[in-house]
Amino acid sequence: MILVVYIFFGMGIFFGILGNVGVLKFPDIYTRLQASSKCAVTSLISILLACMFLKGLSPMTGKILVITVFFLVSSPVASHIIARGAWERGTTPWRRRKSQ
Amino acid sequence: MGIDPFILDVVIYVLMGISVLSMVRVFAGPTPEDRLVGLNLVVAQVLGILVIIAVKFDRSIYLDVALVYAILGFIGILAIARYLGNDGGGE
Repeated sequence: MILVVYIFFGMGIFFGILGNVGVLKFPDIYTRLQASSKCAVTSLISILLACMFLKGLSPMTGKILVITVFFLVSSPVASHIIARGAWERGTTPWRRRKSQ
Repeated sequence: MGIDPFILDVVIYVLMGISVLSMVRVFAGPTPEDRLVGLNLVVAQVLGILVIIAVKFDRSIYLDVALVYAILGFIGILAIARYLGNDGGGE
């Protein structure tokens, strides 16, 4: 069981670092949003699952489960709102420049 | 169910460094939506820090703080996106 906790903490740190590298390096709002939304959800869900496995069956596990379900619903909605706002304000997606 | 508290400290410090890196995008983003993307990442990582602190010190009150922080982060991002001119979709 402790091994599962280590694996989920490692996954959380790994995906968190990858999401930040993507947000810092990608060239456009849509590509940054793609890196941000997936990696934030995966990283935080992994860390919360590790905490749930660490606490076992206790009232704290129920509260962490409530936070997990709320974040799993609200974070994609927030990403979609940001993307739709950018699209309706007329931001054009980035394209690779043709090398002539 | 014992775990080395040093591991929890390492995860907390890594999340703190990562959230500082996300604040770089909040400060340097060329458009307002880029700043919102960075803010969304910071909300997620601070939420993780709060939950790990609650598990480490075995204080259940930090989980309530984390839940309220998640709700307020979502409402804040929604309000800023609405303020930037997105009028709710639809023509």
